[in-house]
Amino acid sequence: MQDVWREDRHRKWIRDEKDSSGCAISGFIHEDGRRESGDAIIRSIESMHDRGNGLGGGFAAYGIYPQFAEHYCLHLMYDTPQAQQVTEEFIAASFDVAHSEPIPTRTLEVIRRRPLLWRCFVTLKAEVRDRHYDLTDDDIVAMQVMHINRAIDGAFVFSSGRNMGCFKGVGYPEDIGRFFRLEEYEAYMWTAHARFPTNTTGWWGGAHPFGLLDWAVVHNGEVSSYGINRRYLANFGYHCTMHTDTEVIAYLFDLLIRKHALPIEVACLAMAPPLWSEIERMPDEQRDLVSMLRAVYGGALLNGPFSVVVTFTGGMIGFNDRIKLRPMVAARKNHTLYVASEEAAIRLICDDPQQIWHPRGGEPVIGRLRQEVALA
Amino acid sequence: MRKWLVEPDFLVERDLDRCINCQVCVRQCANDVHYYDEEGELVASDSEHCVGCHRCATLCPTKAISIQEAPLQFRPNGNWTAERIRAVYKQAEGGGILLTAMGNDRPLPVLWDSLLLNASQVTNPSIDPLREPMELVTFLGRKPDRVKVSAAADGHVRLETQLGPQLRLQTPIMFSAMSYGSISYNASLSLARAAREAGTFANSGEGGLHRDFRPYADNMIVQVASGRFGVDVDYLNLAAAVEIKIGQGAKPGIGGHLPAEKVDAEISATRMIPERTDALSPAPHHDIYSIEDLRQLIFALKEATRYGKPVGVKISAVHNVAAIASGCVRAGADFVSIDGVRGGTGAAPTVIRDHVGIPIELALAAVDSRLREEGIRNQASIVAAGSFRSSGDVIKAIALGADAVYIGTAALVAMGCHLCQRCYTGKCNWGIATQDPTLTKRLNPDVGTRRLTNLLRGWSLEIKEMLGGMGINAIESLRGNREHLRGVGLGDRELNILGIKAAGE
Amino acid sequence: MKRIFAKEHLCIGCRLCEVHCLVQHSKSKRIITAMTREKSHITPRVRVQESGQVTFALQCRHCERPRCLEACMTGAITRDPKTGIILHDADKCVGCWMCLMSCPVGAIQRGREGHVASKCDLCQGLDVPACVENCPNEALVFEERSR
Repeated sequence: MQDVWREDRHRKWIRDEKDSSGCAISGFIHEDGRRESGDAIIRSIESMHDRGNGLGGGFAAYGIYPQFAEHYCLHLMYDTPQAQQVTEEFIAASFDVAHSEPIPTRTLEVIRRRPLLWRCFVTLKAEVRDRHYDLTDDDIVAMQVMHINRAIDGAFVFSSGRNMGCFKGVGYPEDIGRFFRLEEYEAYMWTAHARFPTNTTGWWGGAHPFGLLDWAVVHNGEVSSYGINRRYLANFGYHCTMHTDTEVIAYLFDLLIRKHALPIEVACLAMAPPLWSEIERMPDEQRDLVSMLRAVYGGALLNGPFSVVVTFTGGMIGFNDRIKLRPMVAARKNHTLYVASEEAAIRLICDDPQQIWHPRGGEPVIGRLRQEVALA
Repeated sequence: MRKWLVEPDFLVERDLDRCINCQVCVRQCANDVHYYDEEGELVASDSEHCVGCHRCATLCPTKAISIQEAPLQFRPNGNWTAERIRAVYKQAEGGGILLTAMGNDRPLPVLWDSLLLNASQVTNPSIDPLREPMELVTFLGRKPDRVKVSAAADGHVRLETQLGPQLRLQTPIMFSAMSYGSISYNASLSLARAAREAGTFANSGEGGLHRDFRPYADNMIVQVASGRFGVDVDYLNLAAAVEIKIGQGAKPGIGGHLPAEKVDAEISATRMIPERTDALSPAPHHDIYSIEDLRQLIFALKEATRYGKPVGVKISAVHNVAAIASGCVRAGADFVSIDGVRGGTGAAPTVIRDHVGIPIELALAAVDSRLREEGIRNQASIVAAGSFRSSGDVIKAIALGADAVYIGTAALVAMGCHLCQRCYTGKCNWGIATQDPTLTKRLNPDVGTRRLTNLLRGWSLEIKEMLGGMGINAIESLRGNREHLRGVGLGDRELNILGIKAAGE
Repeated sequence: MKRIFAKEHLCIGCRLCEVHCLVQHSKSKRIITAMTREKSHITPRVRVQESGQVTFALQCRHCERPRCLEACMTGAITRDPKTGIILHDADKCVGCWMCLMSCPVGAIQRGREGHVASKCDLCQGLDVPACVENCPNEALVFEERSR
């Protein structure tokens, strides 16, 4: 077994061990809704080639499936046709499948073994909604996705949001991007990740971005609070099956922003709060808020070094740990917000940014699609 | 009848080359072990009544005294140890229940010693607490599952949730319940003052709140125990929090007994009982025979304090502790204190202390896991108790899931206690567990306060170092974070209950 | 000036102050030697007073208006003009015991050193007098107090 898996990275392989890795991240959002191909993001992440080691690369793209804008799009990997069959039966039990197809790829010499890669556009069946009348559609979809990831052998969901998708695999991200023919997609928001795993040697599903619903997370760092974040999330029904920081970060965003309805800035305050010494100097109202967040959301505090780009329909958050132990640069030009591990990765795809800065630890950089922009 | 089979436990040896006949030992021993032989003009000792408290040896200016365990008096026997044989002799002669004090001294496995902590290497930088902030602030009390805010159009965020009463601790270490009565006025005062200085809490035990300690009440948790001694509405409302004492780790299922001779005027006034009467705490609360009765008492106390104080429940770690703790939380407890089998006491039947209860490590892990499984972990804080010997034990408890710990024995040791386990005799030579005025003044409360404050400071600094090593700069990121623990020499079953991996995994 | 003050509610009556005073004023400054071979001709300048449960250590109060100084006919008792400490010079002392009789607190004794008086000198040369330094319960303090 030990030897087999080295040749077997295209197979689902979740090891019972905490993942940690060093990485490069990059992302941008056109707030005016302008779409562009995956070409720029591939060049950006390629410039940080040495921050990865060829054991994981991936991309998230938003606004790429306007023809199925109201459908949940599941990006799936299967080890075997049998796994695909089991999964499709499971999906068919809960969802109406509008369309299902292999994810288009290109043959590349450097990408050797590959899993079956499939995507399907689905909506929940009415009877499933009735059965789970106390849950939202998102809750139900998340539940089904977690079931596939946890319980179906040889099947794994890369992403499950609407009008978005994650493309990832084992290899350098520039190769993965070309493998997935990303130049053929048009997105208003792209993120990318290059991975340098230090323990869980890569497999396709273990690459970033991590996706759940329309959340996608690319992340550089090691969350030292992982153990409690994971147990905290379990309180709210999240099963962390991946043993990765990225997974807990995604779930925390989902919990705080989607389920607890906290504004993004407030959620970020909970996850990377100011120090008590700063809190004590705040005006009363703010102090009460932040103190309460710290008291209630202690289990959601993300400790240890990280920089992360979290994306969701219509927005992007660049976010550092509270004492900034990992690099993150942000830039703006016209209607575009850029965030990356290194400044060069931004300058390569953005001539003369109007503004370029190093965000402070714990201070989120937020880009939002302008309200008048129609997403469909 | 002369107790002729019971041999002394200790042998007091005096190095005559070093003894200067200053008689400090004679004046310090409340058990009359040392005496001055006027005719021979020298100090001599009689080992028979020595309890091994080391007061004489510590104060001897020339270190002429050494206390040895009594040399072997019996044929060696792995089963019938000298201790067991002696116990039988004592009971054969006295016919009563053998008493003891302090925590279990059997060589039970101490699981803290089988747990090892993590540290950062390469992938994650460790944090240097001398250069970076390191936060130990801890809140005890019920927390809502979520915070509700409303955001105005201009981005102004308003808080909609109200947080119930909380205790704010500067360090996650508190002083266990030790009543004024079981310990001296000076010892109680030292604990209260040190709690205030360190920004933490002392626990009154079932001793009431002496008027002199009331200025420190903001840093005190008061107990409501089965005897209800010292409880009135002022007592409840002065304190920072109220704790219903159901059980104690050293004597689960057993009540308490403060002998009449200790109940002097001050203690009688504080406990609100007549002078020189026994203060008997029944084994159960006679108004709590079931969980719904506990709920009534919890809410009676909340009513009495206008819902302004956290109300907790202290239980001993018994076999089904997880279910009991869960019941306490559902009954409305804002914090649950769990006292393990090695927890201390001022007096308990030896057989109970040594054989009843389960270790705090397993109890704590089981309770934390259970509350999380049930999704009610946010509703109450967990305080672990039952022998924390170092900051290493404390931080491991926090990683297992405790919000804070209680230290009792460690605090007494900081004040001078040498663990002779004779608290129940009232002749504590260190001035701690006694009410004899010639003995109580041996503990200078200024010194006691300073030593306790130093201990908390030292442990807190060590906790910060260990946190920093793990790349964590806020204690809440370690709380319940069992990823940072590994077990050595533990079986699968223990590892499972502790919810940790074996070293190397 | 700094003086020694006793906190009688904290004095445990162990008399370690006496032992350490004697050692400090011995030739050898070694406790075992001082307390055995030298003991017969050194006087501890501090004495623990005992009455029932009340004990405290007493030594010269270094009065502002010392009666002993007024009574001393040979000039053996003087006030150090710089420190204000009341000193006793054994070489000038003739052992008339007028100081003993005039001391209002009984802090001067007949010395074992010879036919001379003996009293506390606040351990000249030490930052903190030996009795204060060695009190195990901090029942003696050395501090400035306004009168």
